[in-house]
Amino acid sequence: MQHLMEICYLIGSFGFIIGLKLMGQPDSARKGNLVAAFGMGMAVFGTLFLDKTGFAVIPNFGYIISAILLGTVVGTLMAKRVQMTAMPEMVSIFNGMGGLAAALISIIEWQEIAHHPEIEMPLGHYIPIIAGLIIGTISFVGSIIAWGKLNGKIGDFRFAGQQYINAFILLVIIVAAYFNFTHIADGGSMWFYITMAVAIIYGLLFVFPIGGADMPVVISLLNSFTGVAAACGGFLYSNNVMLMGGVLVGSAGTILTVVMCKAMNRSLMNVLIGMAGSNSSGSGAAVSGSAREVQATDVAIMMKYASKVIIVPGYGLAVAQAQHVCHELENILAEEGIDVKYAIHPVAGRMPGHMNVLLAESNVEYDKLIEMEHINSEFPTTDVVLVVGANDVVNPAAKTDPTSPIYGMPILDVEQAKQIVVLKRSMKSGYAGIENALFFDPKCGMLFGDAKDSLQKLVNEVKSL
Amino acid sequence: METIFEFIGSNITYIYLIGLMVFVGIELISHVPSVLHTPLMSGANAIHGVVLIGAIIVLGKSEPTDYFSIVVGFIGVFVGTLNVIGGFVVTDRMLEMFKKKPKGGKS
Repeated sequence: MQHLMEICYLIGSFGFIIGLKLMGQPDSARKGNLVAAFGMGMAVFGTLFLDKTGFAVIPNFGYIISAILLGTVVGTLMAKRVQMTAMPEMVSIFNGMGGLAAALISIIEWQEIAHHPEIEMPLGHYIPIIAGLIIGTISFVGSIIAWGKLNGKIGDFRFAGQQYINAFILLVIIVAAYFNFTHIADGGSMWFYITMAVAIIYGLLFVFPIGGADMPVVISLLNSFTGVAAACGGFLYSNNVMLMGGVLVGSAGTILTVVMCKAMNRSLMNVLIGMAGSNSSGSGAAVSGSAREVQATDVAIMMKYASKVIIVPGYGLAVAQAQHVCHELENILAEEGIDVKYAIHPVAGRMPGHMNVLLAESNVEYDKLIEMEHINSEFPTTDVVLVVGANDVVNPAAKTDPTSPIYGMPILDVEQAKQIVVLKRSMKSGYAGIENALFFDPKCGMLFGDAKDSLQKLVNEVKSL
Repeated sequence: METIFEFIGSNITYIYLIGLMVFVGIELISHVPSVLHTPLMSGANAIHGVVLIGAIIVLGKSEPTDYFSIVVGFIGVFVGTLNVIGGFVVTDRMLEMFKKKPKGGKS
């Protein structure tokens, strides 16, 4: 039976690799996810039913099956119920659950050791246990904080010299883990739980200072942490599929984090130390004058007589669930013979690709979604740019004001268009917490209100013209 | 020093495996369009749910009278399953939106 289980693990491991490969291309992405899920199914099936002791006789089978069933029901419900806009939070929660599972495995394994202090513990066995505990705990706590930040329950919290304190805490974790190892023969679990407690503190302090806009990067990083924690378990049990899956996610997650940082033109260090927001006062000077408010009727006329319109979607579109009415507006304008495109900033919304997912949901065609590098040259020939709930990604301060916290971030050059209309609920600043000089541009009009309502008004006005 | 060599020697297969997997992971992700970053993160998130297997193993070998291990292990299997199932379902929901497109187009 042992061989059958190993074959299941082999299929599982290949499923992960092939699945991840397929997920890298839009056409095959969904299939890739299914392939990876199938691999996971095989691996779990093998563990449950094909253990070396024979079919379906692992002890505590009832508990295991009921925990899996419960997890399946709750997990499916959570994943199905969640709004498209809240996806990032959901991913963060599930990531935290994986980290928690890794930490709990280490706790049980440690109990085993603590009950038998007379048995000598090889370092090679101790390291995966304690590493699984530390990394799993950090990932769990960090993910929960990230979740709280994304849905606005937890604010930023930072103090001077925080990165030094964090580095110090990391050192304390390692020292505590070492003490724990040297005190195994004495029995007791004091140092073990001290290690865990300090890891919890580190998880809190690690994510607290990082601004909400950078959360996707943090989640991606914590994602790779959990992968490493899973790999520790694989090492501990000499379990190939855990090891391969864990390491695969660990490395893929790390590189994904770096790629995402690049898309925002920032280094990973820069995100982690957290520069955004803390000294944003420097950007105030550039902003003066007053914003011009426009009415839906004016905007409708403006668009109707345009020959080229570009829509810039942002988080406001996602919040208002306005993707369908946005597509409707696009269709109406297209019927009038107007060239309509979408300009997609790589970090528009809360996650890279967030806007593509949303607009694809409302059946906007793929070739209408143009990425930043390709659309920026088109703005000077565009008659009307409609900015729907985006802010920081169109803030010219990123190019002109070296003191601005977003300075250096590539932006959409909407200010080069002939007319700009910004759909926004209020003059409130965006996620980076800074003013946007674009709104005071004489070419720019503000259409206040919920993105969905405003777009609906525009649709009606254009129809009635 | 001797112990380190011995450790490496006795785990050499795993060390090969880890090294190769690191490269595979980097290769797979390096050239992905930014459109797919979110689903990919979510998909990778589901894959590290493989930690569930460790939770099953640890719960499976706990003594039925060791209530601490049973309870902790039960929670472990439960949250591990949440990670796996939730991860794959959320990813599928995201990717569902990439399906029916009449023409290939650019990504």
